[in-house]
Amino acid sequence: MTTTLREESVGAGERAASGPRVGVLALQGDFREHAHVLAGLGAEVSLVRRPTELAAVDGLVIPGGESSVIDKLSRTFGLAGPLREAIAGGLPVYGTCAGLIMLADTLLDAIAGQQSLGGLDVVVRRNAFGSQNQSFETELDVPALGVAPVRAVFIRGPVVESVGPDATVLASLADGRVVAVEQGNLLGTSFHPEITGEHRFHEYFLSKVRARARS
Amino acid sequence: MTVPETGSSRVKRGLAEMLKGGVIMDVVTPEQARIAEDAGAVAVMALERVPADIRSQGGVARMSDPDLIDAIIAEVSIPVMAKARIGHFVEAQVLQALDVDYIDESEVLSPADYVNHIDKWSFNTPFVCGATNLGEALRRINEGAAMIRSKGEAGTGDVSEATKHIRKISSEINQLKSMTRDELYVAAKELQAPYELVLEVAETGKLPVVLFVAGGVATPADAAMMMQLGADGVFVGSGIFKSGNPEARAAAVVKATTFYDDPAVIADVSRGLGEAMVGINVADLAAPHRLAERGW
Repeated sequence: MTTTLREESVGAGERAASGPRVGVLALQGDFREHAHVLAGLGAEVSLVRRPTELAAVDGLVIPGGESSVIDKLSRTFGLAGPLREAIAGGLPVYGTCAGLIMLADTLLDAIAGQQSLGGLDVVVRRNAFGSQNQSFETELDVPALGVAPVRAVFIRGPVVESVGPDATVLASLADGRVVAVEQGNLLGTSFHPEITGEHRFHEYFLSKVRARARS
Repeated sequence: MTVPETGSSRVKRGLAEMLKGGVIMDVVTPEQARIAEDAGAVAVMALERVPADIRSQGGVARMSDPDLIDAIIAEVSIPVMAKARIGHFVEAQVLQALDVDYIDESEVLSPADYVNHIDKWSFNTPFVCGATNLGEALRRINEGAAMIRSKGEAGTGDVSEATKHIRKISSEINQLKSMTRDELYVAAKELQAPYELVLEVAETGKLPVVLFVAGGVATPADAAMMMQLGADGVFVGSGIFKSGNPEARAAAVVKATTFYDDPAVIADVSRGLGEAMVGINVADLAAPHRLAERGW
């Protein structure tokens, strides 16, 4: 079942023509927050829980949530295979927190049997900061998004422990730990722009979606 | 670059946002915690006795042994919650020192203070609190709760109270949405909740924090019904480990919570689960044994 969330929040004149079709993986997590940000930026947003729904989008966001649960449900309901194929085929995908874990080629501190979809040439450590008491927010410089810093919220978040030659670092913490990366059409952040009113990562992602839809 | 800030409202409420669409399971041993994580729980609630046993064994129910909480934290990588008694701020201090991820100020335990709830703003660890109606939810949020769960009637396997509470909260929110400013002042008085929070709910049409449902959820269909009634997720207490096949039931409840609007999936996952917990009809419970009436 596809739920379209755009009608109420998108200006009437520009609706149909410009909005790229973007899905948000809706197995578990804060997928509605992503859907609202994307709809506000003019995307035609749908929730994706099935392979048929994945086939109907030009880009996908994998939200924050519990990565072990999203992994398990994506395999149980036959989405993991189509997701891997879509990523290999160049589908633009943006993952936040659990979504970054899903996009990493290699995981550390995963639960037994946990798998990622892969695509980003990075090693990601789950729960890298510790328990919720160590969760935090901070200002982050992200040169690719302009001068103004990003307010970044880390919630039991992962970090990128090592970056392979195919991936590019977009942001690091003051101590040097990498928390935002991109590689071709894939984008991953350890933190959650969707809950702070920060829209530049989603705009950056949508520019990838639009560029690919045109090509 | 600024100093990292822990314990902000956004950080506390944010973890609950990430649990949405998920199932939080009561566990009393590390082995049960492992089963819950493997079945796809988004978090576990560590406690010594599930509500059904608290109910049948009676006596004063308190915070769990720190050794048990440590053992459960060591066993799993998903968030671990633990319960403190209503008003027992020292139990909450201990749970924060144990580094649990969320503290549940819970009516399932025996209250330690019949007047005051814990001042939850003074903690770095976030709190979840129970509520039976909108006013109670907003009072808890005013005290610093970062997540609300409707109470239901824990340890019964009877979902009727959970239904009543989520419907009550939803209908009270809907009433606020249709009110004018001047009416909201009266509504705040009647709800016994701060005007600013009442206004926020009227404007946004939802609670300012995540709302899960708890108390009596025993089957995949129960969980899906709570989601269709507007819950952000579900707590399952006695319903899993008091059933015939906890592994299968836990996994089935997780799937039904994700595909809550797809009866074919719910039917499929409901097959062959063995016996559900036996349960008690809430109507048969004498008033002193109704946990939902604890807290105010």
